[in-house]
Amino acid sequence: MAWTRKILRVDLSSGACKSEPLNMEWAQQYLGQRGLATKYFISEVDPKVDPLSAANKLIMTTGPLTGTPASTGGRYSVVTKGALTGAIACSNSGGYFGAELKFAGWDMIIFEGKSAKPVYLAIENDKAELKDAAHLWGKTVWQTEEIIKKSHQDPQTRVCSIGRAGENGVMYACIVNDLHRAAGRSGVGTVMGSKNLKAVAVRGTQGVSILKDAKAFMSAATAAKKVLADNAVTGQGLPTYGTQVLMNVINEMGALPTRNHRDSQFEDARKISAEAMVEKRPSDGKSHLVTNNACFGCTIACGRISRIDETHFSVVNKPEYWGASGGLEYEAAWALGAANGVGDLEALQYANLICNEDGFDPISFGATVGAAMELYEMGILTEKQIGMAAPFGSAKALCELAQMTARGEGFGKELGLGSARLCEKYGKPELSMGVKKQEFPAYDSRGIQGMGLAYATSNRGACHLRGYTVASEVLGIPVKTDPLVTEGKADLVKAFQDATAVFDSAGVCVFTTFAWTLADLQPQLDAACEGDWTMEKLAVVGERIWNMERQFNNAAGFTAKDDDLPPRLKTEPVKTGPAKGLVSGIDKMLPEYYQARGWDANGVPGKETLKRLGL
Amino acid sequence: MHVTLKLFATLQDYLPPEARKTNALALELDAGTTVQQVIERFGLPQKLCHLVLIDGAFIPPALRATRPLQTGETLAIWPPIAGG
Ligand code: SF4
Repeated sequence: MAWTRKILRVDLSSGACKSEPLNMEWAQQYLGQRGLATKYFISEVDPKVDPLSAANKLIMTTGPLTGTPASTGGRYSVVTKGALTGAIACSNSGGYFGAELKFAGWDMIIFEGKSAKPVYLAIENDKAELKDAAHLWGKTVWQTEEIIKKSHQDPQTRVCSIGRAGENGVMYACIVNDLHRAAGRSGVGTVMGSKNLKAVAVRGTQGVSILKDAKAFMSAATAAKKVLADNAVTGQGLPTYGTQVLMNVINEMGALPTRNHRDSQFEDARKISAEAMVEKRPSDGKSHLVTNNACFGCTIACGRISRIDETHFSVVNKPEYWGASGGLEYEAAWALGAANGVGDLEALQYANLICNEDGFDPISFGATVGAAMELYEMGILTEKQIGMAAPFGSAKALCELAQMTARGEGFGKELGLGSARLCEKYGKPELSMGVKKQEFPAYDSRGIQGMGLAYATSNRGACHLRGYTVASEVLGIPVKTDPLVTEGKADLVKAFQDATAVFDSAGVCVFTTFAWTLADLQPQLDAACEGDWTMEKLAVVGERIWNMERQFNNAAGFTAKDDDLPPRLKTEPVKTGPAKGLVSGIDKMLPEYYQARGWDANGVPGKETLKRLGL
Repeated sequence: MHVTLKLFATLQDYLPPEARKTNALALELDAGTTVQQVIERFGLPQKLCHLVLIDGAFIPPALRATRPLQTGETLAIWPPIAGG
């Protein structure tokens, strides 16, 4: 069904699990998932709340198309105030968990309070109860999922959980579902851990029904699937090479941040790219990549499943890592690799496996290691403090530091702070490469100017998935724009941000937008969801969601000063490649963006704007 | 003149086997050779020549037939791809 019209409210303090009706008036204004859950969150939580206090809430939410036959209709999101950022957080994940939650009959779960002891939530259709998780605490994500499935005696049970990182307060802990899919960014897993909530196990057998016009929906979904299949990017490029194919592209363009953004091209980029993943290894004659993989209902199948080299130093005598498992995706490969100058593909996959196994964000982790390596090279951090030599390029340090962060041991505890807090602690706050305390993903904003603005204004801190102008500036989707100029980027970023907010609120994957526009999504939503879902209405919904998130951040204490990039990107020109000599033009783009948004010079939405959006 | 040709993703199959390890091939070309002439010389299907960069800078499809390569430049070509 589009909306199940039911919310599960779980009071972790008292242990009560209650069903309540979904606010359908809000559903008409905010659609679902990211938009609707954020509306609930903002209506119920003080923006100044300490993210790790019992007063913060955490919402797991599906969209109206989650669980339907729409392509990629398996997404769910986690909305909370982010531990890493202190800003609104919304982390989206694929896999199978979201669809199962919908099949159990729930649009969202709102967790409030804090449990006195470790618990997990078990849902079987209408039945929901908190169960003791003492036996799961201290276990990895992979162990937790296995133990829960065994004890429920149902392999079809879908589980999302935190690993030891979430328990240990790693500030960028994720919530992992289906072993290697994650609500990854902003520390949503840290919030879950602070509530003593280890996992959610869900089994739903109610299927999908009550679409507004089932026949129209099926034909709209079928037509949209054909668009994905016929498009060269979603039909062939992504399934064959995955996101990792970008490694060489972005490196050639001179926009691959390297060694904590000291450089913008990585001499070993090819060694860690999609092309390297399909090559036969000299050690065993096998390629790193085993197959591609799809989330629930996805007809693109961009996911990578790889097998690590058993002879690699990181996994010798560790057969538990020898099987085929998730990764590498582009963002993780960049953060664990180029960001640290590490060009050892197998080491990156090992660190990536540790991130999946114990639930922490490889982007923030990798970028934090990059900052630590720079501090080490500057002599501010010593071998003794870190527990090993940690120069840029050390695959050994990367692998060991991943383990230590997962277990909360030694210097791993400090890496768990994230780069902003780490660099602050050692008196070099300017070396943290991020915005709003969240680390950048894999694009240098000096070489792809629009991304600088997208990072600076992202409501959840530096992020590529809030406004992926790379599509336009690099790939020419929907139209090619020049990555090296600032002109036109304010409108471009705004358009991407607003459209993405709709996709994130619908229950589908944002990767569909390499082929779909809102015009492909609209007929599916209109046929599935009660009410009239016109293009005009969806455009307003997207912009409304963006402004609502902004209002929360403003009320939480963020100002225009926080919409900024680190000094390195504004003062240290790119050294090589086509962007040579350039710095970010953020100071020029930001006022243009505020104007395009109808915000004042302080980044506060104007009265007219709020009125127009019904806020 | 010396030019480096880089072919990525499925296009790497059009490189000689030993060049696939680096995705790069050193070429010796007559002065004035255009991007389009290189594409044709290697038999690259037009629809697979989606993203064309010279030294990392984008070359729009309309300029491929007229843009002569200069000595020392790197021509890199990808089929339709995306990521994130
Ligand atoms: S495109 Fe990739 S990430 Fe998106 S739903 Fe499909 S497999 Fe999952």
